[in-house]
Amino acid sequence: MSKFALEITGLKKIYGSDVVALKGIDLTVTEGDFFALLGPNGAGKSSTIGIIGSLVNKTAGTVKIFGIDIDVDFPEAKRLLGVVSQEINFSQFEKVLDIVVTQAGFYGIPAPEANAKAEKVLKRLGLWDRRDSQARTLSGGYKRRLMIAKALIHDPKLLILDEPTAGVDIELRREMWDFLKEINANGTTIILTTHYLEEAEQLCKNIAIIDHGELVENTSMKNLLSRLDVQGFVLDVDQPLQTPPSIKDFTLTLEDPHTINVAVSKDQSINELFVQLSNLNIQVNSMRNESNRLEEMFIEMVKKEQA
Amino acid sequence: MSRKKEIFIALVTLTKKEIRRYLRIWVQTLVPPAVTMSLYFVIFGTLIGPRIGSMDGLDYIQFMIPGLIMMSVITNSYSNVVSSFYSVKFQKSIDELLVSPMPNWAILLGFILGGVSRGVLIGCIVFCVSLFFYPAFTVINPALTILVLFLTAILFSLMGFLNAVFADSFDDISIIPTFILTPLIYLGGVFYSINMLPEFWRNISLANPMLYVVNTFREGMLGVSDVSIPMALSMIVLFIVILGAASLHLLNKGTGIRQ
Repeated sequence: MSKFALEITGLKKIYGSDVVALKGIDLTVTEGDFFALLGPNGAGKSSTIGIIGSLVNKTAGTVKIFGIDIDVDFPEAKRLLGVVSQEINFSQFEKVLDIVVTQAGFYGIPAPEANAKAEKVLKRLGLWDRRDSQARTLSGGYKRRLMIAKALIHDPKLLILDEPTAGVDIELRREMWDFLKEINANGTTIILTTHYLEEAEQLCKNIAIIDHGELVENTSMKNLLSRLDVQGFVLDVDQPLQTPPSIKDFTLTLEDPHTINVAVSKDQSINELFVQLSNLNIQVNSMRNESNRLEEMFIEMVKKEQA
Repeated sequence: MSRKKEIFIALVTLTKKEIRRYLRIWVQTLVPPAVTMSLYFVIFGTLIGPRIGSMDGLDYIQFMIPGLIMMSVITNSYSNVVSSFYSVKFQKSIDELLVSPMPNWAILLGFILGGVSRGVLIGCIVFCVSLFFYPAFTVINPALTILVLFLTAILFSLMGFLNAVFADSFDDISIIPTFILTPLIYLGGVFYSINMLPEFWRNISLANPMLYVVNTFREGMLGVSDVSIPMALSMIVLFIVILGAASLHLLNKGTGIRQ
């Protein structure tokens, strides 16, 4: 079997006669990877995922899932693939357990085995107690979990999630992150699209950025983050300040009397900042990133592409 | 597990899902035909029927029974598939099927079997209701009756499927049943024999496909018909083949379901 979970070559999608969604992208995802596919709305992410999952017809190009060309043996490729769509796409009037067991049946899993698998996955996702509830009665977060349960019922080797945590509260999002990390550690390759760049930063090893139907970046998360020139930090200080402290080589601003904002470039030492603050008898109680670093870089890249 | 067994399990799963769907809403799907047909039997069979006298040598209520059963089978098999397939498109739960390894022919067959099961079940319910009003009813040719029952349910399930493939709104799934299907059924010999009509209208009626379905079924149940049975059966089978091939072609192309 191929070492690549996904190989995309020259993938093009034109809607109607003139709306070009994908301009011929090439992309590979290694087996075992936790991969982020990012891009602004309308960039082509969902078209890419739709083509892989058979929900969208491609115009040109090839897609291979673990070496299996979808044009040659799509059923076999589909067996290895689980897709969590962006939109809720189960019957709202069916019971939770029925939805998952039915999905297993579509993959040819016999009922006794499907029931056992459904119990396991619903318990893991905290849905077992709601197995007899109609899907429409679930909260938004639980509906998202149900989407994941459905996609995992046939034990796919490649799981694609299209904005799985959209509209999910922070606690549930963190729980889903833990769950996704766990299944990735157990060998499932994961491709994730998200608008929460913190999510991609937390979870993913590699990243591709797509914009206007083209890949504008395809690298490791570490490499991408290392390219950041300046990082903004927020310092919470002990004593109230009236004016920002004057420190050599650093530019500090006051957000409020107890909060300092500071920009630290790649070649500056953060220790030097603390030494100088200490010399001024300013005690720092806590420090955090000013904003998501990846988000800044993402906006920068997309702007560059649009220019 | 063999590929064939996997497909069989998937097909059974989809068919069971379809059956579960209309059984879950039995008040909307199973009860109304029984109530409506009871009213037909009371008004046209028991009250007006004796004043009409005989039709093709049969009691009027007896003449009506096959037509009313067919009317129920046609409308229910059609509406089951059109509403179910349009709903899965509308709710996007069609994605559940598209991402699975199920072949398109199995997806089509699953929906058709759902429609056929409802059509046949309703046919049986209406027949049981008719026995309350005409207990002496006996079926002349059970084999032909059952054959036509199933063929009709298949044919109109396929029509419902095609309607749903092209439908873009809930209006689109009610236009054809309301403005085409129902008038053709009413004018297709459910309530009268076309031999009663002047020659011009009788010839016009011969172009109505419902006439062949209703009369073939009436031949099976009562042994009387206004049309040639071999020709009518051949036409039904031919239309099933044509509509089945068209439905599969559209599914393979992704019309209405894939962008």
